Amino acid sequence: MYQIILVRYGEISLKGRNRSQFEDLLIKNISHALKGLDYQKISKAYGRIYIESDHNWEAIVEALKRVFGIVSVSPALKTELNMDAIKEAAFELMEGRPNTTFKVKARRPNKHFPIDSMTVNQEVGGYLLRSFPGLSVDVHQPETELNIEIRNEGAYLYHTFISGLGGLPVGCGGKGLLLLSGGIDSPVAGYLSLKRGVTVEGLHFHSYPFTSERSKQKVIDLARILTGYTGQSQMLLWIAYFTEIQKALQKSRYPDLNITLMRRMMLRIGTTLAQREGALALITGDSLGQVASQTMESIYAINAVTTMPVLRPLIGLDKQEIIDLAREIGTYQTSILPYEDCCTVFIPKNPATKPHLEQVLTAEAQYDIDALVEEAIARTKCITVSDTIKIFS
Amino acid sequence: MEVYLDHSATTPADLEVLEAMAPYWHQQYGNPSSPHLLGVEAESVLTQCRRFIAQALHVNPNELCFTSGGTESNNLAILGYARAQHKPGQIITTAVEHPSVLNPISYLRANMGWQVTQLPVGSHGKIDAADLARAIRPKTSLISIMLVNNEIGSIQEMTEISKVIAEANQGRRQKIVFHVDACQAFGSVPFDITRLKIDLLSISGHKIFGPKGIGLLYIKSGIHLQPLMFGGGQEGGLRPGTENVPAIVGLAKAVQLAMDGFDAHVATLAKLRSHLLARLRQIPGSICNSPPDGAPHIISIRFEGIRAEVLVHYLEQKGVYLSMGAACSSRKQKASHVLQAIGLSPEQASSTIRIGLSPKLTLEQIDYACDAIEASVREVRQIYG
Repeated sequence: MYQIILVRYGEISLKGRNRSQFEDLLIKNISHALKGLDYQKISKAYGRIYIESDHNWEAIVEALKRVFGIVSVSPALKTELNMDAIKEAAFELMEGRPNTTFKVKARRPNKHFPIDSMTVNQEVGGYLLRSFPGLSVDVHQPETELNIEIRNEGAYLYHTFISGLGGLPVGCGGKGLLLLSGGIDSPVAGYLSLKRGVTVEGLHFHSYPFTSERSKQKVIDLARILTGYTGQSQMLLWIAYFTEIQKALQKSRYPDLNITLMRRMMLRIGTTLAQREGALALITGDSLGQVASQTMESIYAINAVTTMPVLRPLIGLDKQEIIDLAREIGTYQTSILPYEDCCTVFIPKNPATKPHLEQVLTAEAQYDIDALVEEAIARTKCITVSDTIKIFS
Repeated sequence: MEVYLDHSATTPADLEVLEAMAPYWHQQYGNPSSPHLLGVEAESVLTQCRRFIAQALHVNPNELCFTSGGTESNNLAILGYARAQHKPGQIITTAVEHPSVLNPISYLRANMGWQVTQLPVGSHGKIDAADLARAIRPKTSLISIMLVNNEIGSIQEMTEISKVIAEANQGRRQKIVFHVDACQAFGSVPFDITRLKIDLLSISGHKIFGPKGIGLLYIKSGIHLQPLMFGGGQEGGLRPGTENVPAIVGLAKAVQLAMDGFDAHVATLAKLRSHLLARLRQIPGSICNSPPDGAPHIISIRFEGIRAEVLVHYLEQKGVYLSMGAACSSRKQKASHVLQAIGLSPEQASSTIRIGLSPKLTLEQIDYACDAIEASVREVRQIYG
């Protein structure tokens, strides 16, 4: 029934000279998201994006609800510029809601249209009241607001606003390397980075055989879910070889500092890899105070190994807020699958909650850090995560 | 070298099974219910398979119901029997049953008002028949006891158990029904349905080199079950749905291979088992959880201070495949209820691996696997210091 979908975007229309670049990126991401769906064309005009489709608008709207940069969408009818056509479209729209309170709200950017918006309101409103005896007008708090926009290329009628994810189109915000553990937090951190337009690549630390192929598969599955928000059909996932480092850390003379040492190794590997791959920041799922490695003291001692920005989008969120977000974005059920990850297999009995940097440096003195990092990087593999089903291809 | 030691999880289909099945996918693919020649042919094949398996089990063909596997057979036996009763009674089972027995029973307790008695087992994994005798009450309606345990291989004393039930049944107007989960037993441990007075018995295809997705439930004639699904009346209305003819052919072939070679298989298994145990016992800190009189193909063993999970992944690198505790519960990462029931602490349970043997393995393969286990245990212990 709806012939066109209006897509509104917020912040990117504020971005001055870059605006059309942002818009083009959003259109590109939208067309990725709509791949496989039936629509005629995507176009932009007057700070909006229009998607023309005769049918399956529900599926299109669902797909749009996963694209960052979209503030809201409205399925609409587009008509020719004459009152009969507008009335007919208004009738068609209100047919599904014949018993509500309503008002008509017309706007007329196209001043060539001979009837002003007040008159359009009255004529269409009167016509609808005559057509549907169950309708009544409420200009202050109507249940249904029938919008009519009269523009140069035609009139648009709609009464539904569906919220989008907001944020910025993925790809406009540089590249970040997300430390993806398989837990609940890091996928959410990735999601929030994508939300601000960051192109995200994943980095997972694999300690096979201390963690299993299944735990790796779980991380791949999480990356695949995140891919659904990227506006791309694939995401790169780096699998760092972490086994030798874990083994070495087991020999530490300061086992209570092992988590700190392990996280420092992760940031070192992440930094080296990010520099090589042109990423400008690392992203982690740290939330202040959540676990031993996320106290202010720990973050200080861990962060000291890198000068690269480390984005921590979850820093101020409570665990429950993170869980709620994880549920919302669809990663929670995968995250709670009980496979071991590197953080659980080698966890010391009493991890230090307030490690001092000097102690940490002393503890690290027994290791050839550069060699360990180098070996881990050399044995790091890259996986292209996509939603293609490979069994019969 | 690749050595698969997880036959209690599943077995590879025998090539003869595959060959036997092949024509029924695409040449003689008829629906046994169809009126035409293709249908009649399929029906005849189905009848022959049913008769063949019945003969092997020394039961009547009309006492066999084909299902999708062990889980369905167990569910059909327990839920199907309970739902055919006018009012809820008592079910007696053991603490070491498979989840496909325990969970339908929990369902009956939680939702249908059934009383449940779960018999404890000793460190050997066996119930005491005297406990069973004491647990039986006038309301007792169903007893479900597995023959061979899937995690540790203990064999229940079925002769004694059967005697207890038979005595309890004397003079009863409504007899207690006896269900046996024989999924892990068939092909490795002998049993006689008639002599043991078994009323319901579950068998699974893929545990005996047959195809996955097929199993059967023996239902002694005169015992009435309610179906779990409703449909077109196949399997006497008890298990509707177009019969899985190729898989049934595969199951029949697997039964044939298991029965024909039974004595030789058991002898081979015993030899493999004693060799394997002799070797693994030399590893410091190794303790066998399986009882000495257990089934010849299932060995549960633990290595002190070693996480079974790490060992499993170490061994897969060397081409040796086995599992922790049991495949079904290892996904849930909880301490196995069976290992708990035989008195293992959570640490002991989490250091337990399960080895499932096959008569097709060679001593060389066992030696290779033992070398790999020995080396891996040593390596892991070095790392954790």
